[in-house]
Amino acid sequence: MLTNTPPINYIPVFIFIVVSLIFGVGTLVLSYFVQTRIDDKEKLSTYECGSEPISDARNPFPARYYIIAMLFVIFDVEVAFLYPWAVVFDQIGLFGLLEMIIFIALFLVAYVYAWKKGGLEWD
Amino acid sequence: MDLAIRIGIVLAEIAAVLGVVLTHVAYLTYMERKILSDMQDRLGPMEVGPHGLLQPLADGLKLFFKEDIIPTGANKIIFSAAPILVLIPALIGFAVVPFGRDSLVIGEFEITPYITDINVGILYILAFSSLGAYGVLLGGWASNSKYSLLGGLRSAAQVISYELPLGLSLVGPILLSGSLSMVTMTEAQGGGFWHWYVITQPIAFVIYMICAIAETNRLPFDLPEAESELVAGFFTEYSGMRFSFFFLAEYANMILVSCIAVVAFLGGWQAPFSFMEFVPPIVWFLAKVYFLLFFYIWLRATVPRLRFDQLMAFGWKVMLPLSLVNVLLTSIVKYFLNQM
Repeated sequence: MLTNTPPINYIPVFIFIVVSLIFGVGTLVLSYFVQTRIDDKEKLSTYECGSEPISDARNPFPARYYIIAMLFVIFDVEVAFLYPWAVVFDQIGLFGLLEMIIFIALFLVAYVYAWKKGGLEWD
Repeated sequence: MDLAIRIGIVLAEIAAVLGVVLTHVAYLTYMERKILSDMQDRLGPMEVGPHGLLQPLADGLKLFFKEDIIPTGANKIIFSAAPILVLIPALIGFAVVPFGRDSLVIGEFEITPYITDINVGILYILAFSSLGAYGVLLGGWASNSKYSLLGGLRSAAQVISYELPLGLSLVGPILLSGSLSMVTMTEAQGGGFWHWYVITQPIAFVIYMICAIAETNRLPFDLPEAESELVAGFFTEYSGMRFSFFFLAEYANMILVSCIAVVAFLGGWQAPFSFMEFVPPIVWFLAKVYFLLFFYIWLRATVPRLRFDQLMAFGWKVMLPLSLVNVLLTSIVKYFLNQM
């Protein structure tokens, strides 16, 4: 069953976003005015087990993270396609079911390829 | 005039929901400390108020008056914005959660037990909750600390890896109810606990619970903030109110994922038996949410932390195929049931 909700139902969502933004910023600003502030060179340095920080923290990090992020973007788009399909499943019948089986089979091809290429390994 | 009253009602509802959620967050920290201490055979907080009942209030006040330190090497704007970026997605998800059944009608105006009912409810929550990962990643990067950067990266990788099976596990309930709206989904599960989707979708429920724990960075998946190796992970450099925002967001997220689990799998505010319907729906809703929250805390007291490569392998090689199989099975079974 497709239910249509009028666009006016989205207005509370925007009000909620604004209210929580005001809550967040407001609390920070209020807290800024009541806190004690004493600047100290040692206190303001980044934490590194008590010793002097060595070099910049923004070192190169493993490309693994990048590969995982890319796989996520690809697969998540495919997952997003499943939502509208699930909502109208009763109306599209056998065609919809077969269509989705083909779609998931294609998904699996990409998945197996990524696995065999070692994209899912973490060493 | 009409519109002004409507907006007034919405504002009042938002204020009520925010207040209730924040109070529950505060007392969830108390509940967690008390349950953990009971499980470890010690007393836990006892000093502030009877049995330490005012402890969350004291903690909040302390953090409010503490200095917000911005480390010298940090990127000031991103560092300041990150906690808010994490907090907002955690709070606004509650806009579509149906807490009860009956609306309060005053004259021609109706006060609903949810802030709004949109037909993309679940999609809306998923979309916004994945924005929280940006806050964590930016906060970790902007701190210019090695621990923070590692924690932020780990967190982002973990959250996006578990988001796929989480999204797929919710396809089951959507297929069965034929709707993304949380109100319609709850109503579809009426008439006794055997109509709840946890009975027809047990695999999806287990996948959802595991992924929800990973998404909220709770033990045994708390690698982004693993105290014993990364100090506090992405919020190592945060203090005062900004620190408490990360904390607030984590606990608010715990409550939010429990609310989604209750709506999608445990029948929302529905009573398990029809003769038990004299108990108000909101009590059932809260009872189910608190049962899941207790389960998270219980898990924290019981199981040790995973290794990061195990965590990633489990997400990509076990959870993802399993949830795909669940979607296929559910749709095929449902197709043949429709034919009969």
